[in-house]
Amino acid sequence: MSTAVEEKKSAPSQPLFGKKERQLLSDPLDSNNPITVQVLGICSALAVTVQMKPALFMALGVTFVTMMSNFLISIMRNAIPGRVRIIVQLAVVSTFVILVDQFLKAFAYDVSKQLSVFVGLIVTNCIVMGRLEAFAMGNKPFPSLIDGIGNGLGYGAILMIVAFMRELFGSGSLFGFKIFDALGINYIGNGVMVIPAGAAIVIGLVIWAQRARNGMVEE
Amino acid sequence: MENLISIGVRSIFIDNMIFAYFLGMCSYLAVSKKVSTAIGLGAAVIFVLGITIPLNWLVYNYFLKPGAMSWTGIDALANVDLSFIGLIIYISVIAAFVQLTEMAVEKISPALYAALGIFLPLIAVNCSILGGALFMIGRPYNLAEATTFGIGSGIGWFLAVVALAAIREKLKYSNVPAPLRGLGITFIIVGLMSFGFLSFMGFSI
Repeated sequence: MSTAVEEKKSAPSQPLFGKKERQLLSDPLDSNNPITVQVLGICSALAVTVQMKPALFMALGVTFVTMMSNFLISIMRNAIPGRVRIIVQLAVVSTFVILVDQFLKAFAYDVSKQLSVFVGLIVTNCIVMGRLEAFAMGNKPFPSLIDGIGNGLGYGAILMIVAFMRELFGSGSLFGFKIFDALGINYIGNGVMVIPAGAAIVIGLVIWAQRARNGMVEE
Repeated sequence: MENLISIGVRSIFIDNMIFAYFLGMCSYLAVSKKVSTAIGLGAAVIFVLGITIPLNWLVYNYFLKPGAMSWTGIDALANVDLSFIGLIIYISVIAAFVQLTEMAVEKISPALYAALGIFLPLIAVNCSILGGALFMIGRPYNLAEATTFGIGSGIGWFLAVVALAAIREKLKYSNVPAPLRGLGITFIIVGLMSFGFLSFMGFSI
């Protein structure tokens, strides 16, 4: 009697979007964040966060590339020979990056100009490769897709926080809207926030705040 | 010659891969815990950048650029523009070269392989290599200038990683607030080092 109930419980307990999938999506946002915890994808996080608009496009681009390449590699995972897997992964990733690059050039040319080489550099963004190696090579396509979205969003979240602080204090605006002028405050932009050095310090402070909250300590 | 020196100095100090563009940060943060490993990876980056940048220059100028294939003499190829697939070609050149070097070093000099071996595969996904290739495409360099730019960028990366490793070795003895330890304080130090390198920006060569 009891075994029958047990079986009934466990058999249909594979909903399309269960607890495990939700965790895959939410973990990278905080406790397993790709930037602040896994230390992946730092280059672009520092370089494209002067203003919020390019940062938003970059976050969307990376999410798309991680999602799609995780999905595709996961489908092919049993057919890829181990010795040449890096070059196969790079080929898949760069195909999607070329799609994003051409899309931006066609529909958001000014953003594409601002991001310059950093769209192309999504190819070597460690988040994409890191997730392919760590997750997609050993999991089914659907969880891999979710994992890709989660990590893309976790990356995007940090990008938006850093870009918010840098644009607000660096040029006194948000998404190009002069917020201090609108409030009638005469604000002189802080030059440190605009240069790359400011980005590193802001990320350092974000990591400090996050770890103070989580209680995570290295060493 | 003067031009080459100027490009070399610019790429080492003023347009430093790490402090001006933050390229290659992932491996930069990962291997800068000890000076000896930092020197190993730094040397590998100089080597790979110094070879792949001129290689990609040749590929771009003789195959990909609009009208680059006119040297074949075939009319159908004279006006072909392949620059949109550049990305996949550059990364293939880099990955293939890294793989070849790894195999060659393993056969020729096992001692060097032991010292450098583990770092070579890492380099294929180091953003500074692909970033260097993309910057080189965007600037009107000739082959000699591109080679100088590649080697110079590599030296700049080498200097940055060795300097950070030296600081982090000393940092073990200082009393850093607990949540800031490790990654947090490293980022702030990179920021401060970047300020130092900013002072080169005023130089016009």
